Amino acid sequence: MRGSLFLMAAAAVAFVGAVTNSAARTPVPVNDTAIMEGMPKKLSDFGFFHLPRQQKSLNAVRYELNTPLYSDGADKLRFAYVPHGKEAVANGEGLLEFPVGSALIKTFAFGEGSERRLIETRVLLHREEGWVALPYLWDEEQTDARLALAGARVPLTTPAGEDISYRVPNKNQCKQCHVLDGEVIPIGPKARNLSREWLRDFAYSGKLDKVPNEADSLPPWEPREGSSTLFELDSFARAYLDVNCAHCHQPGAMASNSGLDLRWEQGDGHAIGIRKPPVAAGRGAGGHLVSIDPGSPETSIMVHRMSSNEPGVAMPELGKATVDEDGLAIIREWIAEMETQ
Amino acid sequence: MIRSSIAALALASAAPLFAETQRIAPGEGAQERLQEALILAEPGDEIVLEAGRYALTDGLSLDVDGVTVRGAGMDASVLDFTNQAGAGEGLLVTSDNVTLRDFGIENAKGDGIKSKGADQIIYHALRVEWTNGPDANNGAYGIYPVEASNVLVQDSYVRGASDAGIYVGQSENIIVRRNRVVENVAGIEIENSNFAEVTENLATRNTGGILVFDLPGLPKVGGGSVLVARNAVIDNNTDNFAPEGNIVAGVPAGTGVMIMANERVQVRDNALVNNATSHVMLVAYTQDYDDDRYQPRPVEVALSGNIYGSGGSAPDFPGGEMLTAAVGGALPPVLTDGLHQGLNVFDEVPVMTLGLTEVGQSIAEAAPSMWEKPDEFSFNDLEPVSLPAAMEARLK
Repeated sequence: MRGSLFLMAAAAVAFVGAVTNSAARTPVPVNDTAIMEGMPKKLSDFGFFHLPRQQKSLNAVRYELNTPLYSDGADKLRFAYVPHGKEAVANGEGLLEFPVGSALIKTFAFGEGSERRLIETRVLLHREEGWVALPYLWDEEQTDARLALAGARVPLTTPAGEDISYRVPNKNQCKQCHVLDGEVIPIGPKARNLSREWLRDFAYSGKLDKVPNEADSLPPWEPREGSSTLFELDSFARAYLDVNCAHCHQPGAMASNSGLDLRWEQGDGHAIGIRKPPVAAGRGAGGHLVSIDPGSPETSIMVHRMSSNEPGVAMPELGKATVDEDGLAIIREWIAEMETQ
Repeated sequence: MIRSSIAALALASAAPLFAETQRIAPGEGAQERLQEALILAEPGDEIVLEAGRYALTDGLSLDVDGVTVRGAGMDASVLDFTNQAGAGEGLLVTSDNVTLRDFGIENAKGDGIKSKGADQIIYHALRVEWTNGPDANNGAYGIYPVEASNVLVQDSYVRGASDAGIYVGQSENIIVRRNRVVENVAGIEIENSNFAEVTENLATRNTGGILVFDLPGLPKVGGGSVLVARNAVIDNNTDNFAPEGNIVAGVPAGTGVMIMANERVQVRDNALVNNATSHVMLVAYTQDYDDDRYQPRPVEVALSGNIYGSGGSAPDFPGGEMLTAAVGGALPPVLTDGLHQGLNVFDEVPVMTLGLTEVGQSIAEAAPSMWEKPDEFSFNDLEPVSLPAAMEARLK
């Protein structure tokens, strides 16, 4: 009896799937008005996706980053939407300049196979007055996500097997990472952190003016097997710091007052923390005297803070509840290999 | 849509036309309700925290200009962060013209209240406290405005900060008055800031009462024009409980007022009582630095009209005991490392110098002696700090 009910349910799902698929063949356009104003209550109000589970979008283009931000091991589905008839402009190795009306969409998923669940989707909307960041929390049924201005906490298990209280950021916390010189801006889609192939396709489809020469310079984070040369190690570590830390630790951003500048392009050792004393680290300093103590990861504040899960000590402050062991290993090795004088 | 055009109108006229009051009560869902109110507030709105205890799990933040957050009193409306699981501070403000008043913040995991780039901010009658008292595991700063113009911190109480109770950093035009700072590492610290007045505060049982510091290598360096006046700086002898690595971890217990680097600092009409190392200490920055903008010495410092009580009997630095014995049981109330430029001590008290001659020189090379006052002093009083009239009006 139970078996036949299950079969019926499966048939129903197949039927709904077929309907959804046929609907998808005649694409419903994105709701550009929802991008341009207001705070839509549901993610579906934007019309970015027609297929369930967001594996694919006919309206927005999926992209990956060479070196991604660590978010408790979440699987991230990233999409860029550029409105019809417009194109993004490449600006050297930096952020692609998306036209007004564009949107960047990032969905965070955990779990494998039938256990897989979409947890939250963050959207960045490029409006006349600038970019606006909004967080959406997926419902239990996984049918849609609802606006969660104040953020949320969701219990889940990370791929590493840790049970955590996962934090969905609130609207202000979105901005804390995305603010530069008082304006909200995207972080991820910089030409240096996107593959040439993807940029070429994006340009070919008319969504980007050109593929800049400086593209694709950040190393691909996966896979990093076996021993790396010192050059590669430096490149991994600096890419990691750029992507995971520099959105706050750069002039004009949230942690500018620390004087620490962890951007990829920063060439001054003191600015990236080498023998730099802390300013306002408080107990985050962990009894250590400098951010990076060359040759000695164990006495470097950077390693101490990356190894911690404790609010007030842990870095980054937002966007993760667990230690990124892979990232930490690279930073440890990088500092250990530094010349001591 | 209608609401946003009203907001635009309100902004244009400076005096909001349709300011709303939103009342928040403690209890179920307080985290979400309060945070949502802070996000959806419009310029001119007031968010009222009804009396009671708010159990919070995440840092709060405000990013809307011109909002007032008002509680029913620093002991009545309490934002309790004892179970905080995320964020670097209890409350973060990133917008201008904000007034925070009449509520308490307890046991934030990082800093208590931080405002960054928030101009014309008022902190009034707040309590920020780590209720277990001095502990290296407490948050760093209680009240922490940074990178701002026009900062007013008044009538507030801060206890237990493992760095500074009230810390104003990389800012200008600052008034810190009538606060009580108790059992912090530094009671009040003005760092890399200009045009500051620290007046009529009670700083007691901290490691150091009031610090005026300037550090190299920060976006804003060159602090100065700081007035420290009419404060009671009493009994600041708590063992330094700052985690090592922080600049305040080097502050000796028993420090009254400490000036490091900075240009033009006036210390006048304070009561300095029972600070066991030194009532007033002047030092140059001691560590290596690479910053052409930076002046490591205290330059043009004036002391006048201060009342000096007992003190200096148990200096908390290596060799202190020997030094004390050599000068008859207590160090003179004013101590300089010798690296100052332009020290004016109008007060009739002896001054000891450690006789250092170069910035960065080891303290082991100190050649202590009594500092001989020059025959003539000259120090022009600092211009009073005035905040925009609209700021003071917000408190009426």
